[in-house]
Amino acid sequence: MTPMQKLLQLPVNAMNMVKTAQDQMGQQDEAKSPVMTPDGGNHNWYNGEPNDPRHIRFGSGGGDQEERAHLEEGGGSLSSLVTQPLRHDDLKEMLDSNKDSLKLEAMKRIVAMIARGKNASDLFPAVVKNVACKNIEVKKLVYVYLVRYAEEQQDLALLSISTFQRGLKDPNQLIRASALRVLSSIRVTIIVPIMMLAIKEAASDMSPYVRKTAAHAIPKLYSLDPEQKDCLIEVIEKLLADKTTLVAGSVVMAFEEVCPERIDLIHKNYRKLCNLLIDVEEWGQVVIINMLTRYARTQFLNPNMNESLLEEGGGEKAFYGSDNDDDTDDEEDKEEKEKKKTEATAIVKRKPYVMDPDHRLLLRNTKPLLQSRNAAVVMAVAQLYFHLAPKAEVGVIAKALVRLMRSHSEVQYVVLQNVATMSIKRRGMFEPYLKSFYIRSTDPTQIKVLKLEVLTNLANETNISTILREFQTYIKSNDKDFVAATIQAIGRCATNIGEVRDTCLNGLVQLLSNRDELVVAESVVVIKKLLQMQPEQHSDIIKHMAKLTDNIQVPMARASILWLIGEYCEHVPKIAPDVLRKMAKTFTNEEDIVKLQIINLAAKLYLTNSKQTKLLTQYVLNLAKYDQNYDIRDRARFIRQLIVPTDKSGALSKYAKKLFLALKPAPVLESPFKDRDHFQLGSLSHLLNAKAGGYQVLPDWPEAAPDPSVRNVEVKESVPEWTKCSSREKRKEKKADKPFYSDSEGESGPTESADSASDTASGSESGSGSEESGSGSESEESNEESESASEEDEEEEGKKKKKNVEKIKARKPVPESESEPSSGEDVKKSEKKSKPRIGSSESESEEDDDSESESSESEEEESEEESEEETKKKKKTTASKPPSKPPKKENKKEKKEMSLLDFDDFDPAPSPSQVTPLNNFLSSSLVTDLEGLSLTDNVLSPTTIVPSGNLKTYELLHRITGEGLSVEYCFSRQPFSPDPHMVAVKIQFTNSATSEAKSLHMEDAKLQSGMRIKEFPEIEVLPAGETVSVVMGIDFCDSTQAANFQLCTHTRKFFVSIQPPVGELMMPIFMTENEFKKEQEMLLQSLGQLMGMNEITEKLTLEEKCQGEHAVVQRVTTAANLSRVPCGSDKECSHPVPPPPFPIHRFAGKTVTSGSLVLVSVVTKEDGAAQLTVNCEKMVIGTMLVKDILQALTQ
Amino acid sequence: MINSLFLINPSGEIFLEKHWKSVVSRSVCDYFLEAKEKALEPEDVPPVIHTPHHYLISIYRDKLFFLSVIQTEVPPLFVIEFLHRVAEMIQDYFGECSETVVKDHMVMVYELLEEMLDNGFPLATESNVLKEMIRPPTILRSVVNTLTGTSNVGDTLPTGQLSTIPWRRAGVRYTNNEAYFDVVEEIDAILDQSGTTVFAEIQGVVEACVKLSGMPDLTLSFMNPRLLDDVSFHPCVRYKLWESERVLSFIPPDGNFTLMTYHVNAQNLVAIPVYVKQSISFFECGSDGRLDVTVGPKQTMGKTVEGVMVTVHLPKTILSINLTATQGSYTYDNGTKLLVWDIGKLNPQKLPNLRGSLSLQAGAPKPEENPSLNIDLKIQQLAISGLKVNRLDMFGEKYKPFKGVKYITKAGKFQVRT
Repeated sequence: MTPMQKLLQLPVNAMNMVKTAQDQMGQQDEAKSPVMTPDGGNHNWYNGEPNDPRHIRFGSGGGDQEERAHLEEGGGSLSSLVTQPLRHDDLKEMLDSNKDSLKLEAMKRIVAMIARGKNASDLFPAVVKNVACKNIEVKKLVYVYLVRYAEEQQDLALLSISTFQRGLKDPNQLIRASALRVLSSIRVTIIVPIMMLAIKEAASDMSPYVRKTAAHAIPKLYSLDPEQKDCLIEVIEKLLADKTTLVAGSVVMAFEEVCPERIDLIHKNYRKLCNLLIDVEEWGQVVIINMLTRYARTQFLNPNMNESLLEEGGGEKAFYGSDNDDDTDDEEDKEEKEKKKTEATAIVKRKPYVMDPDHRLLLRNTKPLLQSRNAAVVMAVAQLYFHLAPKAEVGVIAKALVRLMRSHSEVQYVVLQNVATMSIKRRGMFEPYLKSFYIRSTDPTQIKVLKLEVLTNLANETNISTILREFQTYIKSNDKDFVAATIQAIGRCATNIGEVRDTCLNGLVQLLSNRDELVVAESVVVIKKLLQMQPEQHSDIIKHMAKLTDNIQVPMARASILWLIGEYCEHVPKIAPDVLRKMAKTFTNEEDIVKLQIINLAAKLYLTNSKQTKLLTQYVLNLAKYDQNYDIRDRARFIRQLIVPTDKSGALSKYAKKLFLALKPAPVLESPFKDRDHFQLGSLSHLLNAKAGGYQVLPDWPEAAPDPSVRNVEVKESVPEWTKCSSREKRKEKKADKPFYSDSEGESGPTESADSASDTASGSESGSGSEESGSGSESEESNEESESASEEDEEEEGKKKKKNVEKIKARKPVPESESEPSSGEDVKKSEKKSKPRIGSSESESEEDDDSESESSESEEEESEEESEEETKKKKKTTASKPPSKPPKKENKKEKKEMSLLDFDDFDPAPSPSQVTPLNNFLSSSLVTDLEGLSLTDNVLSPTTIVPSGNLKTYELLHRITGEGLSVEYCFSRQPFSPDPHMVAVKIQFTNSATSEAKSLHMEDAKLQSGMRIKEFPEIEVLPAGETVSVVMGIDFCDSTQAANFQLCTHTRKFFVSIQPPVGELMMPIFMTENEFKKEQEMLLQSLGQLMGMNEITEKLTLEEKCQGEHAVVQRVTTAANLSRVPCGSDKECSHPVPPPPFPIHRFAGKTVTSGSLVLVSVVTKEDGAAQLTVNCEKMVIGTMLVKDILQALTQ
Repeated sequence: MINSLFLINPSGEIFLEKHWKSVVSRSVCDYFLEAKEKALEPEDVPPVIHTPHHYLISIYRDKLFFLSVIQTEVPPLFVIEFLHRVAEMIQDYFGECSETVVKDHMVMVYELLEEMLDNGFPLATESNVLKEMIRPPTILRSVVNTLTGTSNVGDTLPTGQLSTIPWRRAGVRYTNNEAYFDVVEEIDAILDQSGTTVFAEIQGVVEACVKLSGMPDLTLSFMNPRLLDDVSFHPCVRYKLWESERVLSFIPPDGNFTLMTYHVNAQNLVAIPVYVKQSISFFECGSDGRLDVTVGPKQTMGKTVEGVMVTVHLPKTILSINLTATQGSYTYDNGTKLLVWDIGKLNPQKLPNLRGSLSLQAGAPKPEENPSLNIDLKIQQLAISGLKVNRLDMFGEKYKPFKGVKYITKAGKFQVRT
């Protein structure tokens, strides 16, 4: 702690340091200034117009122009900045001024200098003073400067530390994060303890963004002081357990840089990482996938070991599909060994290979990422599959890799390198895409060569003719390097595929007459290699080549010809000595490799045909003896001793012939990419074929799998996979009319599915589960687990789940019934009838909650659609019921109601007044609600009851952003008893996290002027899995402005806002039709005769299904909190004609705050035509209300 | 991971450098410049260069080299992809990616780079997040900033940075809600001398311009999704739904983005919209040659082929050419030996033809290979694969958006060998 304290005190002392430093600087500048007088003009100019920074750029006068040139021209003029301290003087002055704009201008210029790579380090003291500047842009630029130069000026950099420490405590998460970013980027060793402390603190920050920054800071600190490793590992461990996708990528990155060997840290987080993967940002995905590849190699068994067994067993290799039929052809030695090894172990075990479910999980969860737009992600998945997947499944990556070939040429380059390596081991994989590797004349050479490599690797008996035809066009190319590569490729095809050897050879011989020397030379070299395979049949080719020695100048080619002639001199006995004669003539002018081959040729001829060549040989050897190159001299000396029999020469010379003319094995033309896969594919090391710094070796499969139970986690993960929720919804739609058993079972909330997933996982771990054998069933399972909704599979679990649900129900005081009395009442009724039904409806509504919190928008949309369907149904089912029964619909719990309504059909006695008797059923926590309800019940006749079941819930805090805490709100439409001018908002907290949330309260409300908030009482503890509702009041001042406030838990704060729909800003009032009409007239007259000022009329067309009275009433009351004006009075008083031809529906209410009347009438005419009239003093509210009701009616 | 970035112009001048870890001297670029000297074309510079202490990974884009310095193992594609993102970001912010633009906005580019990487690891690469942190320059804003003293730098954390949908910012509002989709298909093909197809495939991309308020949840479905053989998506698209139901379901980013790219099964025969009759010949004796190219419509599905352009890289030994075109005009650059014949609209009644003589340098041998022709074309209102968008549904928002789909077929890498 002591160094810390010292540092905290430092700034005071350091301030003095700066002053002195500046003073010195200043003096220096003063001393220099006479020299700089020519530029004094500029100087003055700055002082002259210090107020307006734009003048610096756009002012008039010569000085300005010069200045502008400096600003924009870059390079040259700025280099003068370095030589002329005066410029810096200006900058300093600007920095010292108290105008932010000047400071900003100065900082911009300084940063521009840094960007251009100019030295600006002598401004350090002047810049560092501005670190606490209020202006955020200045501040940021100062940070940029600091990070760049702090390492050079460590002492002065310490000045800024206290600012950052303050920043670390800022309530704004961006400021906290950037303070930590800069603090950790300042490479000053003395602050290591401060950094450590800051990182530790930030690692448990509420904001995931700050935690992410902490993860980024870890490798920075590690590179600065490796001794902190142990402490840092602790932080990494902590952050690895973090559940947010934001942190995952960064912390794995830190893990890879600090402690890649601590694979044990991953165990507990493995499944979570696999499940989160799809939602992590792209860059994090790459890092995680690469790490998991390594992890899987240490933890799972080789999935291919059984297959190799099968192959060895013979005959069954097609078992896994046709894709890899060819693979056996190019099994490499190494793999063979591996095979044997694994075979051995497998035989010992006598146990079929079963893939670890976690291994499967990884493969399954990475596969969709092959569709990523990011090439690096695709490559990462591809290498994972290549290294980890069973052979039969590797094929899926080919398509994605071929797709990347369309990308930028750099991407192509890297991908082709990897494809080249893969295509050696798994040729079958890429064979269908052969044509995608065809070469265009516009490809860059390096791409061409790589494509050629792939084509060669893919060549086999069936496709060789097409490939060779393709090669023929390439040979004509103007790009000679490429042609040379093509010739080599032909050579390789010829060696690998016996059938085409002769064709290739003939083609190559034709190339010998090519005009281009490089082409010829390359052909010679390749022909030489091919001839070595079967020299006897090709003496005419050798003769032909012997003739070429006169023309070909390329040393390698000459050397090759000479070697050929020497080696097969017996096939060309007449020509060979002649060639040697010519060569002897030009010996001194030849290149070294040619000389060596001349000596070799001479020696071989001497041994076979000494009569003709003895003298020549001696001549050559003599020349070589005095050659400048000692290799040649040595060779000559050695050969002379060996072949020329003298007295001294030992026994060796007897064997000279055997030594020189031994049969040489034909060379194997191999791909340069052979065996490159011992490097992890996609890595830099693989690309360079050399181990790069920091490369983590890909371990070999273990012989026996380590204990898989280490990955078990006690806590159930709730997997936030928003991507999947909609699929669930879709399914729900389809299933709407299925029997509800399968329905409820098919749709389980994510928590439950995670539960079941881990259940199956652990189950199969212990019993070495057998369901994972065929790929077909596996994919099915993938659906089940990830989407948590495969009907058949989960049917078995149905009962268990139901129990769970019932348990939940027992624990909770019926949360649904709290939120909506009507549905709760239904539940109650059905409870009597059949228990399973309750279970199902409960679980459904739970499911609704879950998916709702995941994507509320789509859910809402959907429920609306459904509600339409439902209305129809209801019309049928409730035909016998009194019309007064308020339709319950358009709410979240749609489905439940639906099944319950069906149920109502069978119920012999549906009571017409079923809405009222709620009281005994409601929980005590909602007394106020209850009061409100009973009050309205008393006052209003049944016809005017506001259907309270159709409250729309809005999301306040998403489960993911809330870290397990999800908050919803709805406008309960009850009078808010503490203050009648407030709108009652019911807020429902659900804690789906694993730990309890404490002290939920709100603070820091940011409101528009006039708005008021009555806070809800603090909730002290909300245990995990529980739900609780509270009521708060907001006076929105009759505006639809949102009320913003912070929702606080004991650990975190969330910014949330509640925005009321205009329909919620009013409350119903009861009036008769006559009163309504009177009020309407009053309103119209109040503004003179200006019709339309507070009356808005819209014409609309009602859809068929909402033409009925109920539908209209229901829709209007849903859209706005109004009460219906009883229409019975209509008949009584004014109209003598009994059935009004066009019924008029009237609704009345008043705004909550100001009590202004809101009168709505809907006149329906034939064919669904209707007219909507809204009268309201407040025009804004009127207009908005019209819009909302219109929408409600026409949808 | 990524240590430093250097921007280098074609003449080898380093005009911007940014270091995310400790400073690496710019002399490290010398290795790269050396390799660049050796390469004939800028594209030929190897993307990965190994120097004694560093690895240099570079891309060439928009006539600029983006060179990054790496010290330890890192997936090369990771770096390459990031560098392309940098280029795209500059393009996105300033309308184009060029040396002058970068020099004009030096500080802003530098600030952006600062935000994009932290300690060499990508921090914020989504353009909507970046735009909330550092607002792109507009004339209006620069005036406002001068007057009010506000800055282009945001002081709150962009909402996208925290949400699970980082590509969309919260609180988007438009008065006109519109969603437009362009289905652009490119034909990649190699035709041989006789006009038969050696290789052809269709690569398509769905570009979207979505300007919708709030948080719309869109679902785009195709009439014939089975056509699509291989697809890649913007991160916003829900993979699972595509797999199970072949619909694109997504919450779109705000503004322009590439929704998906796809590949149409090469096994299906690809319709080739034009044919090319050509004869390029050089006479063995004498330094002379003839060129005769005719382009005509083939399988155009009844649409007009527009924007036809033929590009030929003539052999280096050509001295001069003398051609006449019956339609359009041609340009020839004697330095690069690049012949471009801009035809325009293809008229089936009167086929455009370009013919004339080529003269070779005296004494130069007859070129071995005839130059291949690269064809460019465009067909409006047609997706050559036959792909059709069925419908677009929006959930989650109440308003009715304007919706539009446009189809275009273009030539991709369309090459005719001669």
